[in-house]
Amino acid sequence: MRTLNPSDIEALAIGTAILGTGGGGNPYITKLRVLEELKRGRRVQLLGLDELEDDALVLSIGGIGAPAVSIEKLEEGTEGVRALRAMEEFLGAKVDALISAEIGGGNGLEPMVTAAALDLPVVDADGMGRAFPEMQMTTFSIYGHRSTPAAVCDEHGNVVLFRHAVSELWFERLARATVVSMGGTAIGAEAPMRGRYVKRAGVPGTVSQSIRLGHLVLEANRAHRSAIPEICALEHGIHLIDAKIVDLKRHLQGGFSVGTLELEGIDAHAGSSARIDFQNEFLTFERAGRIEVCVPDLIVILDVDSGHAITTDVLRYGQRVAVLALPCHPLLRTPEALAVVGPRAFGLENIEFHPLPRPGERAP
Amino acid sequence: MFRIGVDVGGTNTDAVVMEQRTVRAVVKVPTTPDVMVGLMQALGQVLEAAALGPDQVGLVVIGTTQFTNAVIERRHLTQTAVVRLALPANRCLPPMVDWPEDLRAAVGEHIFEAAGGFNFDGTPITPLAPAEIARIGTDIRARGIDSIAVVGVFAPVRDDAEREAARILAEQCPGAGITCSADIGQLGFLERESASILNASLRSLARRTVESLKDGVARCGLRCPVFLSQNDGTLMDAATAARFPVLTFASGPTNSMRGAAFLSGRSEAIVLDIGGTTTDVGLLQKGFPRQASTTADIGGVRTNFRMPDVFSIGLGGGSLVNEKEDRLHVGPRSVGYELTRRARVFGGETLTATDIAVAAGRARIGDPARLAGLDADVVRRALENIESQLALAVDRTRLSAEPIPLIAVGGGSILMPARLVGLEVIRPPYFAAANAIGAAIAQTSGEVDRIYSLESLTREAALAAAEAEARAQAASSGALQDSIVVTEREDVPLAYLRGNATRVRVKVVGDLQF
Repeated sequence: MRTLNPSDIEALAIGTAILGTGGGGNPYITKLRVLEELKRGRRVQLLGLDELEDDALVLSIGGIGAPAVSIEKLEEGTEGVRALRAMEEFLGAKVDALISAEIGGGNGLEPMVTAAALDLPVVDADGMGRAFPEMQMTTFSIYGHRSTPAAVCDEHGNVVLFRHAVSELWFERLARATVVSMGGTAIGAEAPMRGRYVKRAGVPGTVSQSIRLGHLVLEANRAHRSAIPEICALEHGIHLIDAKIVDLKRHLQGGFSVGTLELEGIDAHAGSSARIDFQNEFLTFERAGRIEVCVPDLIVILDVDSGHAITTDVLRYGQRVAVLALPCHPLLRTPEALAVVGPRAFGLENIEFHPLPRPGERAP
Repeated sequence: MFRIGVDVGGTNTDAVVMEQRTVRAVVKVPTTPDVMVGLMQALGQVLEAAALGPDQVGLVVIGTTQFTNAVIERRHLTQTAVVRLALPANRCLPPMVDWPEDLRAAVGEHIFEAAGGFNFDGTPITPLAPAEIARIGTDIRARGIDSIAVVGVFAPVRDDAEREAARILAEQCPGAGITCSADIGQLGFLERESASILNASLRSLARRTVESLKDGVARCGLRCPVFLSQNDGTLMDAATAARFPVLTFASGPTNSMRGAAFLSGRSEAIVLDIGGTTTDVGLLQKGFPRQASTTADIGGVRTNFRMPDVFSIGLGGGSLVNEKEDRLHVGPRSVGYELTRRARVFGGETLTATDIAVAAGRARIGDPARLAGLDADVVRRALENIESQLALAVDRTRLSAEPIPLIAVGGGSILMPARLVGLEVIRPPYFAAANAIGAAIAQTSGEVDRIYSLESLTREAALAAAEAEARAQAASSGALQDSIVVTEREDVPLAYLRGNATRVRVKVVGDLQF
């Protein structure tokens, strides 16, 4: 088990933004909260999957609601603890460790707040290895686990328990309605799992991966050198292009930010052009009429100078960006996973997923 | 009638006299520790230069960076009580949690949390409890604090709890300066709270400074109204400025860009304000600076003011020409205000960007003979480097591939070539006084930023309601009805929220009646 220090938390916020692949929400407020917990003398401990007991009870904790509300109405502070207690009461068992369902963006840090308060460890894994727009897009759910029973708690201390939903879609629908009546934001504790299931279905090592990524970017910033080659080396990634955004079309559709980005190569990539489509997260990277990378592999857009992630809501014309492709975990590449998080799940009917090579694999 | 625009900067105070849309006179004097002295010198000289009597002036507009500098230098800040209307929400993070230690200490940690916040749809989280606020007021008075910031959740949507709390606190703490967050900023709680606290802690300095400026104007025999320019390039009267000093934080770059728009007659352009040490590059849209979408950092504090989206590079008239092995770079180090002593053309030993501009024949300043023997290859490479830095800054600022004019203002604009990356460069007359001219031409405004529920209202009706309110605000600030136009209108549906909530923002501006 490893105890995280404040600089790890700063790094984690940078790393989770990178794995957010354009979505996942801004981790700023959650980062401040975790840092406050550490100042109070509490600790956040990271538990490797190999250290997790098979029979341990693991609970996923995260924020549910509108990012536009969560920047104004913040948590009371004990929502996660209360939701967790409600689940323990319902299950008649103690929770042993917490986990994030989505490492990309703010929810990658959310379990740390509750973990620090209760001195519970956070499992070094998550349910996506990146960010996705919908709740059912987790490896926990893909490999057969249900989000219910689940508990949702607001700042007043209201706790709603979802004993059973007949499908993940129903859970999503019921939870959303509840959260709207709670004023637009709440904390949810979902999907109680045993350690042995997390070892099988969780994307391993993603918290420490985010921390490594963040430290690497911070270190490169301090030394005034580019973080990009090092990110690629660490993640077995491909540096697709350095480019300037020359066109940006974006609109809201069914609650998602949907659009297209046109890129024109700069510096060593001058003369080449490319296009990225997104739905909250970046979905496809196309060059010369060919899709080179597509979801669930990670398309990451970084500021070309700082190496910090740029999210879809702050993209704009003229930004100079570096585009990287990082291979997703094999758990997201199976036929059952691709049915939920592959290109067809995003309405991209004619696109075939050609996985990027993982470490130790050769390019096809 | 004539109007006078003044820019009280950190180094210089610029003043300009304008008659309608014509510049009559421009002067520049050093800023003095007591700003009134420099202001009076500038006003006296500019009236003389324009051969005007004080009774011929109908309006004085002053732009100042005094309050921004006070925060950056941690000077003149008063102890301030923070009254949060939020409970049980927002308890997870205390006020000023992300401030630098020294600034937090300067303001003190007098923190009070109470009920009285709202949800996004205007329903109370927990209703305000007047007795609780009265108790807090007693405590604040007992601590001897006379500066208070009141900050409620979703106050930009509904501000009545903040107003009621302010009324009760005023009863308990007679004479205290109270800042309500609804008057300060938009959605984004921590950022608006920080800005409100800074505002409250600056009010005593603001009152003194504004009095001093008004006094200086009066002592010059001017009997006309005095206005200050605010962040968005519009006006506020002196009394409002004394209450809301933070609304002047970004007036410097805004005035330069507005002045550049006016002087060049262009409303869609890229402005390069080239000073001695840095160049600020920003985009003009409809004659106003394009606003940044991210948070703005003031003295280490995150705020959510609408600041001009300005890209700054370390290149100006005083930048050093560095040559290391086969690489040549101009800036970011600069001789700054010592330019007129240290540059080669002024008899110094330091090769600066200004020397390069003179050697290249772009400007006639100082003594060009002192550049004899300067390697022509160095001049060529330095010019290339200057141009590539400026080109990069322009490239980052462009929003489309369409051709767009470049307007160069500021004392260092002699560095600009005649064309840059194929774009036309305009160097308007009076380019060095663009900031004072931007102050002189300021208009008045009204703005609404609110979340509407579209359950019982169409999108068009929500936009129309917001526009009507913004127009009424502008009219009450003295705008001529016929001159009011909408400059910004946007509605953003809130992702992940059913119930059809949408955030509407409308801003209007109009000419001041004087």
